Amino acid sequence: MSLLNIKNLSVRFGDANAVPVVDGLDIEVNEGEVLAIVGESGSGKSVTMMALMGLIEAPGIVKADQLQFDGHDMLSLKGKQRRKIVGKDLSMVFQDPMTALNPSFTVGYQIEEVLQQHLGLKGKAARARALQLLERVEIPAAASRLDAYPHQLSGGMSQRVAIAMAIAAEPKLLIADEPTTALDVTIQAQIMELLLDLQREQNMALVLITHDLAVVAETAQRVCVMYAGQAVELGHVPMLFDSPKHPYTEALLKAIPEHSLGAKRLATLPGIVPGRFDRPHGCLLSPRCPYAQADCKAQRPDLVPHAHGAVRCFYPLNLNSEVA
Amino acid sequence: MLSFIARRLGLLIPTFFGVTLLTFALIRMIPGDPVEVMMGERRVDPAMHAEALHRLGLDKPLYTQYFDYIGNLAQGDLGESLRTRESVWHEFTTLFPATLELSLAALLFAGTLGLIAGVIAALKRGSLFDHGVMGISLAGYSMPIFWWGLLLIMFFSVWLGWTPVSGRIDLLYDIEPRTGFMLIDTLLSDEEGAFVSALRHLILPAVVLGTIPLAVIARMTRSAMLEVLREDYVRTARAKGLSPARVVFIHGLRNALIPVLTVFGLQIGALLAGAVLTETIFSWPGIGKWLIESIGARDYPVVQNGILLIACLVILVNFIVDILYGLANPRIRHQR
Repeated sequence: MSLLNIKNLSVRFGDANAVPVVDGLDIEVNEGEVLAIVGESGSGKSVTMMALMGLIEAPGIVKADQLQFDGHDMLSLKGKQRRKIVGKDLSMVFQDPMTALNPSFTVGYQIEEVLQQHLGLKGKAARARALQLLERVEIPAAASRLDAYPHQLSGGMSQRVAIAMAIAAEPKLLIADEPTTALDVTIQAQIMELLLDLQREQNMALVLITHDLAVVAETAQRVCVMYAGQAVELGHVPMLFDSPKHPYTEALLKAIPEHSLGAKRLATLPGIVPGRFDRPHGCLLSPRCPYAQADCKAQRPDLVPHAHGAVRCFYPLNLNSEVA
Repeated sequence: MLSFIARRLGLLIPTFFGVTLLTFALIRMIPGDPVEVMMGERRVDPAMHAEALHRLGLDKPLYTQYFDYIGNLAQGDLGESLRTRESVWHEFTTLFPATLELSLAALLFAGTLGLIAGVIAALKRGSLFDHGVMGISLAGYSMPIFWWGLLLIMFFSVWLGWTPVSGRIDLLYDIEPRTGFMLIDTLLSDEEGAFVSALRHLILPAVVLGTIPLAVIARMTRSAMLEVLREDYVRTARAKGLSPARVVFIHGLRNALIPVLTVFGLQIGALLAGAVLTETIFSWPGIGKWLIESIGARDYPVVQNGILLIACLVILVNFIVDILYGLANPRIRHQR
C-alpha cells in the first residue's frame, strides 16, 4: 500500500461554486519514493500539499474522495489526532526560509519545540538532539548557532535550520515546497544535495515541488505535471523527459534554456494560465496548445493511463515512439 | 546596548533644561502672583504686596530668578512650597505613591483587558465580537476623561451605590502609611474591611484612567495580531503540529507584542496627563490634584519642580520601555 494516497482532491476558496484551485487531483507516493510536482505558478502545486498538511484556512474548502496518509484519513482526523501526525510523520519545508522562521526565538528553541512536541524530549536531551540535527544539516559551528536568532543567519543557513526542524521527528514523508527558489544558485545545489542525502539516509518519501526541471531529472523517480489545478501528465523519470506525452509537458521541457541553445529566443508557450473568469469549457490548455483540435475546445479530457504513466490529452504525443 | 543607554542619557540634559525653562515661563505667564492669591478678595496694600514679593524673592528680574532656580536645582534643592512651607520633594514623595497606585491599577486594567480583547477580536475577525470591541474602543478613545468619569460616578456611585464617590478610603479607617500604597498598607494594618474599602475606592478611578490606554492597546493588539498571524512563521508553527494555543500565544502574540509594547510605553505619558483630570474628579490625593491646586495658588516652586519631576518620570519610563523593547525584539538587541 502506498504511503500517501490522494483521490479526487479539490480545493476552492470561497463558496462551493468557486473555481477550484486544485481540481480532481490524484496523487500517490510510495514509501521512500521521490515524487516531483512541477508546473508554473498558480497551477495548484503548493495548495495541494497545504491541503494535505491541513494548512488551508477559511474561506478555503478542501474536498477529496480520499486523503490518506500512512493509513490515516487526514480529512476526518481532527485537532489533536491530526497534530500527532503533522510535524512528525508528515512535515514540510517552505519556500522562503527568511520568513519561515520565527524572528523572536532562537534556532535551538524552534527545533527543540518539535522534539518536545512529538518525541517528548526536554531540557538537555532536547538540546543535544537539536545540536545533532544542526550538525546533520551541515551548519558550521553548530553549537554556537543554537543560540542564534534567525536574523543572524543567511538564507541558505535558515533553510538548513528549517530542514533540521522538518526532519527532527524523522518523518515518513517530507514535502519540500520550492525549497531552493529563494536561494542563490550555488546554495541551491547544496540544499538539494542535503535533501536527497537525508531522503536516502532515512528512507523517507520526498515530495518536491519545483520549477526546476533539471533538478527533477536528477532527483525524482516520478513526476506529476500540473496545469491550472489539474494533473496533466504523470510519468517516470527519465521516460517523461525523453518522450513527453502532453503538449504542456513538452512545452515546459522546450522552455529549458539549454534546449534552446543557438536559438535567438527561448521557446515559450504563448498566453497565461486561465483565471477564474476565462476558464475554458474544454481542455484547460486548449487556448494555448499548438496542437489543439475542435473537440479539445468543446470537451475536457480525462487523465488516461498508458504503459508508463497517465496523460490528460485527446491527442497525446510520442505514444508510438515509446521504446521500452 | 551600553552606547544606546549612553546616547539616551545624553539626550536627557537638553530635555531637562527645556522642561525647566518651559514651566518657569508658563507659570509666570498666568496673571496674578502668589501674594495676590493668598490675600484673596481683600484689598492689598501695595507696600505690603511689594514687601511680601521681596520676601519670596519674586521681585528680582526674571533671569536672576531663573538662574537662582537652576542653581538650587544643581544642588539638589527643589525648594519649598509657598503655601505649606513643606519641601517640594517631601510633598512629592508623600503624594506620588497614590498616583503610582492609581496608574498601575489603570495599566493593569488596560493591559490585561486590552490584550485579551485584542487577541480574541483578531482571532474572530469580522465577528460580532470583533466589531463590538472595535466600536467600543473607538468610543472609549474619543471619550473626554472628565465626562466619562462623571458618567461613571453618576451611574455606579450615585444610582447603584456600588462604589464610593471620592477619596482613597473611607474616613473611618486610620491607616498608617508604610508603603504609601493603600492596598498594601490596608493589608498590613489590622483594621477589618479596610482593604475592601481601599479596593472599592480604587476601581472607578482606575477604570476611568485606564479607558484610553485600554482602547489603544486593544486596537493595536488586534491589528498587530492580524498581521502576525499571516506571517510565514505562523504557518511553519502550524506545520510543526503545535497546538493552536501555542501557535497563537507563543508564536503569534510574542511577535505582536513588539508594537503593542511601544504603544504601551507612549500611553504611560498619556496616563500621567490623564491622572491630573482623574485625580481631580475623584479627589484622589495624588500629584495630579496637588499640581492643579498649586497652579491655582500660583505656588511657583511646586508647579515648576512638580512638573519637572513628572517629566523626569516620563523620560525614565520611556527609557525603561526602550530597554524592554530590546528585550522583546532580538533584532533590535543585536544592533550595534
